[in-house]
Amino acid sequence: MKRAPTHSYPGLNLGRRHPEADKASEVVTFGFWVFLMSDLVYFGLMFAIYITMIDAQAGGPGPHELFNLKSIFAQTLILLTSSLTVGLAMLALKYNLPRSRIVMWFGVTLVLGLSFLVLEMSDFMAMAEKGGIPQRSGFLSAFYGLVPLHGLHVAAGCIWLIVLGIQLRVFGLTDLLMSRVVRLALFWHFLDLIWIGIITIVYFGGLAYG
Amino acid sequence: MTIEYSGIFGRLSWESFPIAGLIQSPNANEIVANAAAAIVIVGAIAVIGLLTWFRLWGPLWRDWLTSADHKKIGIMYIVFAIVMLARGVLEGVVMRAQQAAGPGEGFLEAEHFAELFSTHGTIMIFFVAVPFVFGIANFLVPLMIGARDVAFPVMNQISLGLTVSAGMMLMVSLVVGEFSTGGWTAYPPYTGAAFNPGVGPDYWIWAIVVSGIGTTLTGINFAVTIYKLRAPGMTFMRLPMYCWTIICSSILIVFAMPPLGVAALMLAADRYLDFHFFTNDLGGNMMNYANLFWLFGHPEVYLLVLPAYGIYSEIFATFSAKRLYGYNSLVIATMSIAVMSFTVWLHHFFTMGQSALINAVFGIATMLIAIPTGVKVYDWMATLFRGRIRFSVPMLYGLAFLMLFVIGGLSGVLLANPTLDYQVHNTLFLVAHFHNVLLPGVLFGLLAGYNYWFPKAFGFRLNEAWGRLTVVLWTVGFMLTFLPLYFVGLMGMPRRSFSWEDPSFHPYMIVAALGSLVLLSALLAVVAQLWISIRDREKTRVPVGDPWDARTLEWSTPAPPPPYNFAIIPNVTERDDFAAAKERNEAYPQPEAYEDILLPRNTAIGFVLCVFSGVWMFALVWWIWWLAALMSVLIVVAFIAWTFQTDTEVVIPATEVRKQHEAWLEIVRNSDPVNRDHECAPENRGLARPDMEATT
Repeated sequence: MKRAPTHSYPGLNLGRRHPEADKASEVVTFGFWVFLMSDLVYFGLMFAIYITMIDAQAGGPGPHELFNLKSIFAQTLILLTSSLTVGLAMLALKYNLPRSRIVMWFGVTLVLGLSFLVLEMSDFMAMAEKGGIPQRSGFLSAFYGLVPLHGLHVAAGCIWLIVLGIQLRVFGLTDLLMSRVVRLALFWHFLDLIWIGIITIVYFGGLAYG
Repeated sequence: MTIEYSGIFGRLSWESFPIAGLIQSPNANEIVANAAAAIVIVGAIAVIGLLTWFRLWGPLWRDWLTSADHKKIGIMYIVFAIVMLARGVLEGVVMRAQQAAGPGEGFLEAEHFAELFSTHGTIMIFFVAVPFVFGIANFLVPLMIGARDVAFPVMNQISLGLTVSAGMMLMVSLVVGEFSTGGWTAYPPYTGAAFNPGVGPDYWIWAIVVSGIGTTLTGINFAVTIYKLRAPGMTFMRLPMYCWTIICSSILIVFAMPPLGVAALMLAADRYLDFHFFTNDLGGNMMNYANLFWLFGHPEVYLLVLPAYGIYSEIFATFSAKRLYGYNSLVIATMSIAVMSFTVWLHHFFTMGQSALINAVFGIATMLIAIPTGVKVYDWMATLFRGRIRFSVPMLYGLAFLMLFVIGGLSGVLLANPTLDYQVHNTLFLVAHFHNVLLPGVLFGLLAGYNYWFPKAFGFRLNEAWGRLTVVLWTVGFMLTFLPLYFVGLMGMPRRSFSWEDPSFHPYMIVAALGSLVLLSALLAVVAQLWISIRDREKTRVPVGDPWDARTLEWSTPAPPPPYNFAIIPNVTERDDFAAAKERNEAYPQPEAYEDILLPRNTAIGFVLCVFSGVWMFALVWWIWWLAALMSVLIVVAFIAWTFQTDTEVVIPATEVRKQHEAWLEIVRNSDPVNRDHECAPENRGLARPDMEATT
């Protein structure tokens, strides 16, 4: 059975007009999914390590002394909102809105991403003041191996937002850049997904069992 | 212990060079270390000198280093793998010589011996087997599935760059500082900062991390290539068996490389930042390392051996002049092995104190893998059965594999039994087992593939007589070197011993050492075969491209194939499409029309990242922080700059394609076909005359 050509990635306006470009972006987007899958294994393993080391506090400070759920709540809201704004950039792409609209939503996302990072850093500093540094115990090593790894991904996403924003201004909405917008959005949603895992396992799980 | 450290050179000093040790205390150990360093330096100078003398820098840069052509990248992978293979074999010979010297004798110091087995293992797995396997895959997969290139040609080039720069770290460690003494598995806490403050484990860590990233990208690339770029009509169940094994290997890479990266980076955090993942104190837990490492390590052996199975599958079918027997069962067996390889990692540490129940579960899971593997062996034998067999070099490798690999597999089933494993754990029995699967399994497969596809890549056949000699030498060398180790292993000789006392080991050690010399001569014979084949290449040209009357799509192209592989993308109608077309006498069709072809433009990004990542690793190993920071920035900037390039493809106009393709079709028409009995004779120009019906 021959399948009708479908819009595999609805954010892209390539489909009917540009079958070649649509096929190319399908290959590259599929490749990006595979990459995310591999990256997800990294995080999955770090979660597993964290769970095995939750008791390895070696007399140092534990989750109850260190975690500040108010700040985590704020970070969660910011990150979820940034997923919304990336989604709005995708909608702007889908409905052929001017590219300045995409760049604007990128800008909002960038601000949200950076404020998330600022809050996260201040959390880490507050933890360090209470003696919660990675050198203190296996538990803290696992914490600092996992949560900043996510932060690093957010930072990389921020750089990507800046670079892609510049490229959109320089080159306009080319086929290649449209497909990059789709991939960046995928990446950003992926970061959200990981964060949901982090609040559930690292913070709530840590407080429940640590 | 405090380590001297300067802002500019980090902990690099005069004492870091082995020549300093030779001057301070000239002895056999230092002479061996310095000879190794000298080989690296002289080799590098010789390569640079030859390139300059023959004015090859320009062609090297234009045609190879900046090329994004999957065929050239594949060939570069294989060249790199063979260079590293030479070092790995030499190290094996030195180790065998050390152990053969007699009870309590020997010329190496314990540290040096430990470095040897650590580099030997690391090199053979990560810098011989992996690049050789994926070098062949690079060359073949797009040709086999009817594509013009892999899905991400530039990423492919970057993978190569990262693998090579990581391999170079092992070469650099011979000249500057020392390598890890922790074995290829680098178990902490021994490799942690408390017990091993030197640079050795750091060389291991960064080489593993960077080559691991390169391999992961390769896995993604090939999974996507086979999923998305198959020619029209090339359904999954029409894929050549080899492509099935590569897709399974790629899936294994995507899931199995992350544990290795995680483990190595956590070890780095312990060593550089004083974390406590695997330390003895403050809650560190080395069992996490063992689990992570083998969560990678076991799938790793299957991601190496599955492509070798694929090569054998192609070779047995071609040189038996039959369809592959039991294609469906082979596909299912391959997939089963890929999935089950994730369920057995714990058998690498049965003795580390988990409960008997857990050991039993993993022992049974391990034994279960023997079932799909057995299915494969029977399928291969059934392919040979009543085939019209030609004992060409690839077939001879295949037959040696069938017999020897079964022994290796059976010793694996023995080891899968935890109670028995307790007896032989950490003995040479284990060393014999995994060499028994890795040499006849992986290495013979790769060499068979090298002999089989060489004419496709370069347009002329390899010398048959010398090829047979290599088969004999590898086989005999393997048996002499490793079969005795089963016996000393059962007698209780621990692996990785630089010295031993029990005189009853001695005869076995001497046989093994002699065997290692045979293996060394096998390696030299491979080089001689290549040399003689290049010398006599005018007599063995196969421009038509199908010297073995083979079955899959890659043989329907010229030898060597044009950069775009296929003048027009083939339309596949059945499994072994090319063999069927030959039977119908429709093998070399005249296309009705030609089209412009888009190919990836040359780019230097892979080379640039290779250099930057190499310097980055070196800086990290030697704590030259400013340089490491600089390189990190440069790597990011170079990559971002590359994303600003929009003109990434070149067009090959249809007229040019027509001209080249018609010229080749002219050669096809003017060549006399040969039947299978004459495929090693000079009149074989690569046009086959199928002179018997294909039997199923």
